[in-house]
Amino acid sequence: MATPVNLPPVHNKLAKHAVFPHFDHDETARYNFLTNLNKHLSTVISPGNKIAFEQRVKPKFKAENGREIETRDELEVAMLNDPHFQTWSALRRSTMEMRQQAGRATVLRQAEELAQKVATLNAQKPDSLILNDTVQVPHYMTLFDSHIMPGSYHTEQFPGDVSNAASYDSGLFVTSAGMLGKYTDGGGKALTTWLKATYPNFNPKRILDMGCGLGHNTLPLATAFPDAEVIGIDTGVPMLRYGHARAVALGIENVKFMQLDATQTGFENEAFDWIQTTMFLHETSTHAMQRLVAEIYRMLRPNGLSLHIEQPQYTPEMSMFEQYIRDWDALYNNEPFWGAMHDVDVRQWMMSAGFEEKNLLQFGAKAENDMEYPRNPNAQEVEDHGRSPIWNVFGAWKK
Amino acid sequence: MINDILLSSNKAKGKRPYFLENPEVERVMNITMAVAMELGVMHERLDTIERLLEQKGVLQRSEIEAFEPNNEEIIERQLWHARYIARILRIVQQELEALQQDPEHNLSMEEVANRLRNS
Repeated sequence: MATPVNLPPVHNKLAKHAVFPHFDHDETARYNFLTNLNKHLSTVISPGNKIAFEQRVKPKFKAENGREIETRDELEVAMLNDPHFQTWSALRRSTMEMRQQAGRATVLRQAEELAQKVATLNAQKPDSLILNDTVQVPHYMTLFDSHIMPGSYHTEQFPGDVSNAASYDSGLFVTSAGMLGKYTDGGGKALTTWLKATYPNFNPKRILDMGCGLGHNTLPLATAFPDAEVIGIDTGVPMLRYGHARAVALGIENVKFMQLDATQTGFENEAFDWIQTTMFLHETSTHAMQRLVAEIYRMLRPNGLSLHIEQPQYTPEMSMFEQYIRDWDALYNNEPFWGAMHDVDVRQWMMSAGFEEKNLLQFGAKAENDMEYPRNPNAQEVEDHGRSPIWNVFGAWKK
Repeated sequence: MINDILLSSNKAKGKRPYFLENPEVERVMNITMAVAMELGVMHERLDTIERLLEQKGVLQRSEIEAFEPNNEEIIERQLWHARYIARILRIVQQELEALQQDPEHNLSMEEVANRLRNS
């Protein structure tokens, strides 16, 4: 059947591995509603922000101040007074909160069962999950709950609880409108596809994924380089426990999960051929980023590669309006370092640790979506700024 | 055992932003969107039931589209709608009744309490 718009896939299309939470009919329907609501907000209501900006916000500011809007802060104040922006923002915030509630309602009712399944799978391969309770969650991560996920990555309702990880695993589908693939690994897959096509002779033996979370983008690295040893590190213990069990369930052997702070890992010098961060830097801080890049440089072997996936940087070529809209998640979806991270000159950041300018690289990547569902190739797609699975990848070779 | 009902609706750490001029309106918008979601959920469940009934040969979905209620059924169905709408719009009806009530029958309980204390 022809459709006038490109519809998102249904949540049933996500692959169900052994620790995936059980969704009953109505829980699935709730996520389907929220996915469609996100799609509607991004394709129908969000474009109205640009219209309101051009037709209402800009002229009003000029009439009141006798000049154009000059800074993102001025733009913020002006936009927050616009009724369309208010409505879109209120709906978007509400949608994010409903997604969290729906995910929690699903996983918490089965939290003990999930914890048991995870423990059983982890016991099958105890050597590749290395927890260390002396590793602290960074202070800034405890001030707020990242992307308004109550309890963030590190909280447990009881010892062994993995409910937030299970909610995250099953719910990224909703915010990305189902564009990340059956295993929510479209980012990691796009990365390895690019790497193999561009540098066919690069054959990393040891790979580190910093801030790996539940490892949904770590596993594609292990699959793409089956002879490599892949290590995912994070300070969120429930994510590591769940991620490890998920990897065991999916039969991926060459991956380890370790509870470590990426700014001070304790790994020896020149320990890795490839060090990766995927949608991680924007969840750190300026100070942490400085320490991270030094740690990366220290741990990379000669001819090793470091890559980082984020949303596009706020460069001077990007309009102030687009920067502000992209900053919505920073201010209103508890991603407070988002704006500052995207303002960083990442080339300078990498060079500050010792990477040479001639060895820097940058490319764009789009999520690989392996779901089979009806798509309309002719439908006009509007970009959901800050949420689209279209990324900026930057990095450097250590020569 | 954890209280999953309470925990499901936990607030995230960090102050919640309100965007509308009037936070009461935003509160109602949030409640309304949650109810809208539940209607979407109900619709999907009904859709599943219809498709299963069709697969099992119990009915054709075209029969649902073509269904014409008889007079008795019309009364039952319209009565359901009338009651349903009255329940939803109860507060509007009550505000209108207040306008029409004898002021003596629309006193605040502080006023009544004062009168009772003093008489």
